[in-house]
Amino acid sequence: MLDPTTPLQGVGDRLASPPLPVEIKGLVYETGGKRVIDEINATIESRRITAIMGPNGAGKSILLRLMHGLIAPTKGEILWAGRHADRPMAYRQAMVFHRPVLLRRSVAANVSHALGLRGIGRDKRAICVDDALRLAGLERQASMPARVLSGGEQQRLCLARALSLDPDVLFLDEPTSSLDPASTLAIERLLLDAQRRGIKVILVTHDVGQARRLAHDVMFLHHGRVIEHQDSQDFFDNPRSEGARAFLSGGLVL
Amino acid sequence: MKFHRRVLFGLGAAFLLASLASTGFAAEDDFIIVQSTTSTQNSGLFDYILPKFTEKTGIDVRVVAVGTGQALKNGRNGDGDVVLVHSKPDEEKFVAEGWGVKRHDVMYNDFVIVGPASDPAGIAGLKDADRALAKIAEAEAPFASRGDDSGTHKAERDLWGQAGVDPTKGSGDWYLETGSGMGATLNTAVGKHAYTLADRGTWLSFANKDDFEVLVEGDPKLFNQYGVILVNPEKHPRVKAEKGQAFVGWLTSGEGQKAIASYKIDGQQLFFPNARPGT
Amino acid sequence: MTDFIDAFRTALGLIVTLDPDLVEILVLSIKVSLSAVVIASLLGFAIGGALAVYRFPGRGAVSAVLSALMGLPPVVAGLVVYLLLSNVGPLGVLQLLYTPTAMIIAQVVLVTPIIGALTRQACQDLLEEYDEQLRSLGASSSAIVATLLWDGRYRLITAVLAGFGRAIAEVGAVMIVGGNIDHVTRTMTTAIALETSKGNIALALALGIVLLTIALAVNASLIWVQRLANRLAYA
Ligand SMILES: Nc1ncnc2c1ncn2[C@@H]1O[C@H](COP(=O)(O)OP(=O)(O)OP(=O)(O)O)[C@@H](O)[C@H]1O
Ligand SMILES: [Mg+2]
Repeated sequence: MLDPTTPLQGVGDRLASPPLPVEIKGLVYETGGKRVIDEINATIESRRITAIMGPNGAGKSILLRLMHGLIAPTKGEILWAGRHADRPMAYRQAMVFHRPVLLRRSVAANVSHALGLRGIGRDKRAICVDDALRLAGLERQASMPARVLSGGEQQRLCLARALSLDPDVLFLDEPTSSLDPASTLAIERLLLDAQRRGIKVILVTHDVGQARRLAHDVMFLHHGRVIEHQDSQDFFDNPRSEGARAFLSGGLVL
Repeated sequence: MKFHRRVLFGLGAAFLLASLASTGFAAEDDFIIVQSTTSTQNSGLFDYILPKFTEKTGIDVRVVAVGTGQALKNGRNGDGDVVLVHSKPDEEKFVAEGWGVKRHDVMYNDFVIVGPASDPAGIAGLKDADRALAKIAEAEAPFASRGDDSGTHKAERDLWGQAGVDPTKGSGDWYLETGSGMGATLNTAVGKHAYTLADRGTWLSFANKDDFEVLVEGDPKLFNQYGVILVNPEKHPRVKAEKGQAFVGWLTSGEGQKAIASYKIDGQQLFFPNARPGT
Repeated sequence: MTDFIDAFRTALGLIVTLDPDLVEILVLSIKVSLSAVVIASLLGFAIGGALAVYRFPGRGAVSAVLSALMGLPPVVAGLVVYLLLSNVGPLGVLQLLYTPTAMIIAQVVLVTPIIGALTRQACQDLLEEYDEQLRSLGASSSAIVATLLWDGRYRLITAVLAGFGRAIAEVGAVMIVGGNIDHVTRTMTTAIALETSKGNIALALALGIVLLTIALAVNASLIWVQRLANRLAYA
């Protein structure tokens, strides 16, 4: 079904060069009279996969959207290799949202339109679409309306669409939350493969096993603050903070 | 999916075709616009005489039928080449102010007072039109008025004046101002069992008479003179003066006058030509 | 009551025999309204899409005016167009008064707000869902408008059909700017008004029945489009 071993042909074998490090400086985001991101200072240096974890409502999704430039911070800044994330930089990023957003078009057209928005010519688009659908295991559904796909299929399509854009940086918000174990595994392989091709993957996940399998480093968020940020091995074996310890042992984090 | 694509495409193509087709509306120039009254149109006179004129001259006549007041107003705006209406004082004013070249008598017909056979005000057979109106007012029997500033409406107001009655005091009560054309007013009158003043032509060709009858006729005060005026090309350079004048000339010529006289409904002549030759 | 029976008989007779006068005014009505709707659609899509996506001062006011204009009485639209096209009006040189083109213009004035406002609403609803995804994909504002228009196509078709329904059934505007001239600007609705004023109630009703049939067809396709959209999860 899912075949992550074939690389994306249309994309070629270009090694992505993500603009690292990511420096988050004094980041604050307030909405609805609430400070949902509260003075985050962090630096992501690794080219490998970064996982963001934390209890519900910690501010993970907001942080992802701030980093992707979809919303503007109330205070503070994010620097990519020392530069502000301007529009050209955004072009080299892609994001898979928690809730899949699919256009009211066919499965293939969803990928094709995304490529079109990035200014990729028609001929090249066709190849990329085929690759992406093979990757998502959705070749046979290519001409189906995208919105009648199952929840898991929709998530896979969103990921395939994001990968087809050949980004330098890929954000994912709980990309396997509604997938069966086999699809989850396949997607994890896809992410590892993306990392090998030089794509910087930043992923929000609640799945401890997944974070262990994928992440090089873990950023633990709580109440809009980074409580802990270290190598995943250390994070899972010896969490330094009280919150992370409680979170990992399945206790309620207060 | 493929099928729906095709349907959408079909719809789009249909729209495109339609818009293309609509650009093909003929832009021919061989016509004049006559601003006239609903009574002449509704009586069927135009349908009868205009083809004769077109056949002879090749000029198409496009009739815009509105009230006399509106027809003169439109003429004043230059939105017509000829006006054919029936309200002599207004027509003379129109010419005096320079909007029209010259007024010609064309024909006359007469007004009749029609009402339900039950005749609640008892006016049937009266020879005196203003006497009849006075009785209607006295009985406060319903009366439908055009109320649209048309020639018929002006004639009706004159009659009320001569009867010494101000019917607008009963407005909305027994005096019903429809603010619409002759036919619509007749429909209202029939529906409300109300008397009304109508031109004979419209009345005769009116198809929804129910039990209505002509109750008062023949009073010289009910005389209804039509005049035709060429809109002044000096005021409105786009007026098709030559073609318009051809129409005015034809209407007042022996040929046009004969055509008017020969129009009949149920064997009754509706309009009586009275153009003075040579004017 | 006899009027009704007469009307149906007359209507049937007119249709079955393809009465040439009926065909002529029917074709003109459809031509005029279809042309008006095509033009109004292009305008309405552009206006509605732009209002949903672009932020500019006075945007709320423009939206409000557009919605209010949806209820513009046809007679008022007709009067405005008459004043523009009249020989003493600013567009008098074009010599369009009392032509089918004048009727098309009047109907465009009537229908554009309907299509525009419905388009804006459809795009706005979609934008709520798509905004971040499209911006994440790097779409420019104009690309966002294009995406929303295409993805809202089923609702836009509905809007277009609603606009056509209004145009074809409208009498006040075409009467004033068209003048109800026989063989030139006589449409279904002005013919109905004329026959009513001649007291030919049955004939007027018969024409009304023909018009109603068109309206029914339009509404049937509306329902069909909505069903289709629901089935494809495109609604
Ligand atoms: N528009 C808003 N108005 C008020 N509060 C908001 C708004 N948007 C987000 N929040 C709050 O911000 C906090 C962080 O939200 P966020 O979606 O980032 O949480 P999360 O860490 O992704 O949680 P989850 O694990 O449930 O996805 C939440 O408490 C949420 O209620
Ligand atoms: Mg979240």
